[in-house]
Amino acid sequence: MKIQILAMTAAATVAATAGASDKIVIDGSTTVGPIAKAFAEYYMAANPDVNITVSESGSGNGAKSMVNGTCDVAIMSRPMKETEFKAAADKGIQPVAHVVSLDGLPILVHPSNPVQELTVEQVRKIYLGEISNWKEVGGPDKAIVTISRDTNSGTYETFAKLVMNKEKIGGKCEYVGSNGAIRQRVQSTPAAIGYAGLGFVDKTVKALKINGIYPSAETVQTGEYPVARPLFMYTDGYPKLGTPLYQFITIHLTEDGQEMVEEIGFVPVTAY
Amino acid sequence: MSKTANTNLIMSDAASRRQRISTLLGQSFLFLITSLSTFAVFFIFYFILKDAIPFFKLEGFTEFFSSTRWYPSGSPAEFGALPIFVGTGLVTLGAVAVAVPLGISAAVCLSDLLPFKVRQIVKPVIEVLAAIPSVAYGFFALVVFAPLLQNHGGIILSTGVWLVLGPILALLVIVLGDLLIDKLRKQIPNPKIAGAIIFPILGTLTLIFLFQLSTRLLGLEISSGTNALNVSIILGIMALPTVVSVSEDALQAAGRELREGSYALGATRAETIIKTIIPASISGILAAVILGVMRAIGETMVVWMASGNASRIPEPWYNVLQPIRTLTATIAGDMGEADHVTGSSRFHVLFAMAFCLLAFSFIMNLVSEIIVKRSRKKLGK
Repeated sequence: MKIQILAMTAAATVAATAGASDKIVIDGSTTVGPIAKAFAEYYMAANPDVNITVSESGSGNGAKSMVNGTCDVAIMSRPMKETEFKAAADKGIQPVAHVVSLDGLPILVHPSNPVQELTVEQVRKIYLGEISNWKEVGGPDKAIVTISRDTNSGTYETFAKLVMNKEKIGGKCEYVGSNGAIRQRVQSTPAAIGYAGLGFVDKTVKALKINGIYPSAETVQTGEYPVARPLFMYTDGYPKLGTPLYQFITIHLTEDGQEMVEEIGFVPVTAY
Repeated sequence: MSKTANTNLIMSDAASRRQRISTLLGQSFLFLITSLSTFAVFFIFYFILKDAIPFFKLEGFTEFFSSTRWYPSGSPAEFGALPIFVGTGLVTLGAVAVAVPLGISAAVCLSDLLPFKVRQIVKPVIEVLAAIPSVAYGFFALVVFAPLLQNHGGIILSTGVWLVLGPILALLVIVLGDLLIDKLRKQIPNPKIAGAIIFPILGTLTLIFLFQLSTRLLGLEISSGTNALNVSIILGIMALPTVVSVSEDALQAAGRELREGSYALGATRAETIIKTIIPASISGILAAVILGVMRAIGETMVVWMASGNASRIPEPWYNVLQPIRTLTATIAGDMGEADHVTGSSRFHVLFAMAFCLLAFSFIMNLVSEIIVKRSRKKLGK
């Protein structure tokens, strides 16, 4: 899905710092996409001369665009892989990571499920297929339906790293294409278990305590909640101070930026 | 050009040259366009094969076709596509099981039973099914049909069994009963008495069987609604307009003379349809079935959204209540992460799958071509 935010052309404007017709192209994760779009709208409102486009095509595609030199900012919900770094270095590109916010991955179940709490170990065994019935973890006698993001997404890679510990998810697991689809499947399936970004938890699904910690902005920020990750924006080298790119990439450090991050449902990196 | 006496009818040399040139131009232009579309097919084959071959060079054939472990993003990556092939086959079979009986009955009804005016209204309505975008079908399958199957799966399945098996078994009882009465003519000479004995027995047996089956299905609990059954039904409905309209055209093409000839020999309407019209248009019906199969096997959006995408062979293999994964959905889902940069096997494996799909539809096309030719020969057309 490509969403383009085009700058409104203003007739006579005093661009605060930007030169005429500057352009920032952003590509990558669907998870970080909303943050990038909010930042872009915010920045373009203040600097109408700068044109920012945001495409959401997945973390892997973001890295690909960065390597191919077709984007200025790669938004990613996972760190770049070794292979991606190597491919970038071969082309003379130096990816620099900017952590723009934090995100937890709540483990979601149907609201009718009496289970309140699991350990990371139990979640792993459920996804491995070793625990296949809810009664084994104190729930009703129902076969567990495991639901995962597709192997294409940064969310999947985070889960694979933090929960699965690089072990492979069992073949019975169902795969869906977006965070929203995970929530949809969990809220309509009484025996389901799934995982999605913190911003996707609402009344229709129940987030479980993991290792005794309930996923929330505070527990993610303090690092207590075990399934949490940083969200990245990558640039080619550190942007030159004062340029529009530099201003854009540092929005998350401002108070407005942090408020935007919180509003979308993620956790700001710094407390203000 | 031969010159005749009437000079008024002869074109001047310049005009005839003009005409010849424009004819040539027109012909070559049309030929160019035709060959372009032919070349497109060859180019598709060439480019898919070009990117599929490196996969087999890198990973060999055995794992791809025989292993059940599909972990393209793992390290080391595993590319066992067997469950994906099985999933594709299962869903296609399921879609055929839904679309073919429904589609052919609907086509017969449209061409031979309904009055012309009703047919003119009903056929376009069925064809509207083809105009609905596949993502809308997928959304319906995921948001409406899957929860329905989960919550009321037992009731839906047992009513389905009654609706589908009921009429079929009733027909079977009638045919079997008639055959038995014929066989027992020596023991029980009066067919009315024989019928009075045989039909109730057969009928009760069938009813008991149906009751048993439906109560068993009623107790069934479907844990996940995004499964092969869900997708099969939706794909069957999507293939329906193709099957109906192509086979209805074939039935129509059988012609009025054939029907009238059959009636003239004293055949009833049922006999005419079953023994004359359907055999006469069997090649068209087969073509319709194959087109329906192609529609089902190539559909991506619905299976990506509602099949569950679990790369595992169901247990037992025909269990349509378990989630499956298909070739098309795998190609669509894995595309973003797979590229030259981050691992070439993962990129080329998708082309290998695309090639398998292409090869399959090519074979299907060939088979349908052969069937049509054969049946034409048999009919002496």
